[in-house]
Amino acid sequence: MADLSVDLSRKFDVLVIGGGNAALCAAISARRAGASVLVLEGAPKFYRGGNTRHTRNMRCAHDAATDILTGPYTEQEFWEDLQRVTDGETDEELARHMIAESKDILGWIVEQGVRWQPSLGGTLSLGRTNSFFLGGGRAMLNALYLTAEKLGVDILYDAEVLGLDIDNGMFLSATLKQNGADVTVRAATLVAAAGGFEANIEWLKQYWGDAADNFLIRGTPYNRGSILKMLLDRGVQDVGDPTQCHAVAIDARAPKFDGGIITRHDSVVFGIVVNKHAARFYDEGEDIWPKRYAIWGRLVAAQPDQIAYIMFDASVRNSFMPTLFPPIEAPTIAELAGKFELDPAALEKTVAEFNAAVRPGTFDHTILDDCRTEGLTPPKTHWARKIETPPYYAYPVRPGITFTYLGTRVNRQARMLMKDGRPAANMFAAGEIMAGNVLGKGYAAGIGMTIGSVFGRIAGREAAQNARN
Amino acid sequence: MHGTRILEEADRLMTVCNSCRYCEGLCAVFPAMEMRRAFSDGDLNYFANLCHGCGACYTDCQFSPPHEFNVNVPQTLAIARADSYAAYAWPRAFAGLFARNGLSISIIAALSVAAFIFGFAALHDRQVLFGVHTGPGAFYKLMPHNAMASLFGAAFLYAIVALLMGVRAFWRDIGEPIGMLADPPSIWQAIKDAGQLRYLDGGGVGCVNEDERPSDLRKIYHHLTFYGFGLCFASTSVATAYHYFWGREAPYPWWDLPVVLGTLGGIGLLIGPAGLLAEKWKRDPALVDQPRMGMDVAFIVMLFMTSLTGLALLVLRETAAMGALLALHLGVVFSLFITMPYGKFVHGIYRFVALVRYARERRMMAGHPV
Repeated sequence: MADLSVDLSRKFDVLVIGGGNAALCAAISARRAGASVLVLEGAPKFYRGGNTRHTRNMRCAHDAATDILTGPYTEQEFWEDLQRVTDGETDEELARHMIAESKDILGWIVEQGVRWQPSLGGTLSLGRTNSFFLGGGRAMLNALYLTAEKLGVDILYDAEVLGLDIDNGMFLSATLKQNGADVTVRAATLVAAAGGFEANIEWLKQYWGDAADNFLIRGTPYNRGSILKMLLDRGVQDVGDPTQCHAVAIDARAPKFDGGIITRHDSVVFGIVVNKHAARFYDEGEDIWPKRYAIWGRLVAAQPDQIAYIMFDASVRNSFMPTLFPPIEAPTIAELAGKFELDPAALEKTVAEFNAAVRPGTFDHTILDDCRTEGLTPPKTHWARKIETPPYYAYPVRPGITFTYLGTRVNRQARMLMKDGRPAANMFAAGEIMAGNVLGKGYAAGIGMTIGSVFGRIAGREAAQNARN
Repeated sequence: MHGTRILEEADRLMTVCNSCRYCEGLCAVFPAMEMRRAFSDGDLNYFANLCHGCGACYTDCQFSPPHEFNVNVPQTLAIARADSYAAYAWPRAFAGLFARNGLSISIIAALSVAAFIFGFAALHDRQVLFGVHTGPGAFYKLMPHNAMASLFGAAFLYAIVALLMGVRAFWRDIGEPIGMLADPPSIWQAIKDAGQLRYLDGGGVGCVNEDERPSDLRKIYHHLTFYGFGLCFASTSVATAYHYFWGREAPYPWWDLPVVLGTLGGIGLLIGPAGLLAEKWKRDPALVDQPRMGMDVAFIVMLFMTSLTGLALLVLRETAAMGALLALHLGVVFSLFITMPYGKFVHGIYRFVALVRYARERRMMAGHPV
C-alpha cells in the first residue's frame, strides 16, 4: 500500500530510487547529514529491498579479529582477492577506496540497527573474511527500514519510476505512478540504487540470444534495469561488459525468479558435472568451492540447452549441505541417465573413463588435496574419487543469474560520470547499478553488499552535501 | 511419511530452512534442525515445543508468504505444538479437552466455582456464610483447613502425575531414554534459558507481534505472569509451612510473608496476563494457530482470575463478602489445578523439557561427555 501521508508536491533534497541495501544506506546517510529524503521502492512492501532480501553477508576489511570474525583481513589481502577474482578487471582507485571505507562499515552498519553473527553453518570458510547478518538479508533490510523510518525518511512502495527528467547531466525530477495517476517528484539530487537488469530477459537476450530463455533469475523479479537504461540513454557513461554477471549453477527445478539461496548446489567438488551429451566440460576440482562456485553459472550457460548434471554416488551423499530439491536417485548409472534423457551408454562411458583416470590419494575437501585424475580431458585436479558406490545421484542445474555488471560509471564520490567524462551535476549511484566499476568480472562472496553499503553511504552523504550547496 | 498433515508441512519447511540457515542465530530451533538431515515425527514435535513463537523467523524470511515457497515456521510449529499437547495428554481419554479447550476450561471453572458456592451454602447457615470473620482461622470457619489442604493437595498431586505422564510420552516421542532427563548441567542450562526466556527475543531485539517492528512487551508480560505465579505459589507454600510447623493460622497480617508474596505475585499475575492477552489480540493472525486461540485465552484468563479473586479476598476479607469470595477464589484455583495437564499450562513443561534436550545436544556437539 502506498503511504498517502507523503507530500509529493514538495521538493526533496535527495531522491533515492531503489529499496535495497545501497538505497537504504544512501537514504540513512543523507538523512543523518540533514537532508530531506524520499525513497521510491518499485516493489510492494513484502518484496522490498531487491536482491538484498536474499543476501546473508558482507565482505569488509578489518585489522583484527572481532566477536564474529575469526581473524584479520587486511585491506591489502582484500585488494589481492579482488584482483584475483576479477583478473585485474577493476578500477583500482575506486576498489581501494571501497576497501578502505569497508573497514568503517562494519561498525556503521551496526549503528543503523543491523546485527552480525558468526558465519553460518556450512560456510565456515568465510568465517574470517565475511560478516553475516543475524537473520539474513531480510532481517538486515527490516533493520535499515526501521532506522530510516525513525529518522524521518519518507518511503513509498509500489512506486515504479516511469521517467527521469535529466537536462545535460542535471537531474530535475522523476515521474512515477501512484494510485493510478502519474506524479512528478522534484529533488535537488538523485541517488540511483535500483539494481541491475538481470530480471529483464529481453535485455539479457540482446547479449546472450535465446540461451537467456533458459536462465533462472535467483533474485527479485523487479530488477528490470529501467533506471539504468534511462540513465544511459540520458548521457551517463556506462561501465562493464554487458555479458558479465554473477551467475551460479542452481537447481533446474527452481522457480524462474526469486528462488534465492536455497536453490544453489555445493556438491560439484564431490562428483562430476556432465552436459546433455553426458560429457564432462570443466575441471570440477579446480579450486576450493567458495572460490569457484560463481563460475559455474557461466560454464553451464555455455553448454547446449544451458543444462548440466552434477553426478555423485552414495559415498558422498551427506558430505555437503542438505538441498531443497532432493537429488534424483537410481541404482545404476544407466538408469540415472534414463531419468534425465541422457544417453545411458554415453554416461556409463564418461563415468568409466573418469574412474579409470582417478589416482589414489588422501581425500580432504577443505584443502587442495592430492586426489586427481591422470590422462583425462578435462582433468579433475582435486577431490577426484571413483564414482562406484550405488545408488547414484544427480542434480540437474541451470545458470542462475544473481546480478548483472553493466552499470553507470562513478567516481570516488559515487557521483555518476557523463559520456564526455565530466561528473554529473547532482546524480549519484550505488549498489548493483554501479557494481561494474569494481567488478569487471568474477565475484567473491559478500562483495555485492560491500559495494552497496560503502557506495550507498558515500552517495547519501555526497548527495546531502550537494543539495545544500 | 509423517503422522499428520501439519508434520508433513513442518518437514517441508525444515527442509527449506536447512538448505538456507539464515535464521540459525535467532533461537534454538534452527541450530537443533541443523544437527539433522532428515526429520522424524519426534524431531518435529521437539522443534515445535522448542519454538517460543517469537515470530522473528517469519519477518526475517525471504520466503514467507506471499512468496511461493510459503515458509511460515511460527504458525506451522504452533499448530504442531498444540497437536502434540493433545497427543501426550494422560489419561488418553482426556485428550479431547484440547480440541475445544476454551469451552472445556470455562465449563470446568464454572462447575468448580459453583461446587464451592453450593458446598459452602449447603454446609453453613447464612450467618456463617455471610458473617464477618476475623483473626486466625477465619477462613476455616467456612472450610476446615484439613479439608482444604487435602482437597487441594489431591488436585495438585493429580496434576503432577498427569503432567509427568505427559512428559514421559513426549520424551518417548522424541526418542530419548528417560535417564537422559537426569543430566544436571543440561537441566541447569534449561533452567537459565527458561528463566530468562532466552529464546523469546528474536535473537536479541525482541518479539515480532503485530508487524515487523520488534518489541520486548511479550517477554516482559510473560515474566510478570511467570514470576507472579511463582510468588503466589511461594505464598501458599509458606502459609502451609506456617500452619503445620508453626501452628500459625491464616489470615496473616498484611506485612507477613505469605501476604507480601501473594500481593506482589498477584499484581504480577494481573498485569502480566492482561498484557499477554492484549498482545495476543494484536498479534498478526499469520503467526498463530487461530482455531486454538481459545486455549491460550482460557489459560491467561484463569491466571488473571486466580489473582483477581485472591486480591479481592485479601482486600475484603474482613467483610461479609469474604465467604462468597473465598468460594470463588477456591473454585478458580481448584479448576486451575485440575486443568493444568489439559490446557496451555503444559507449554511451559514441554518447552522446558525440550530446552533440556537442546542443552544436551549442544553439549554433545561440543564434545562434552554426557
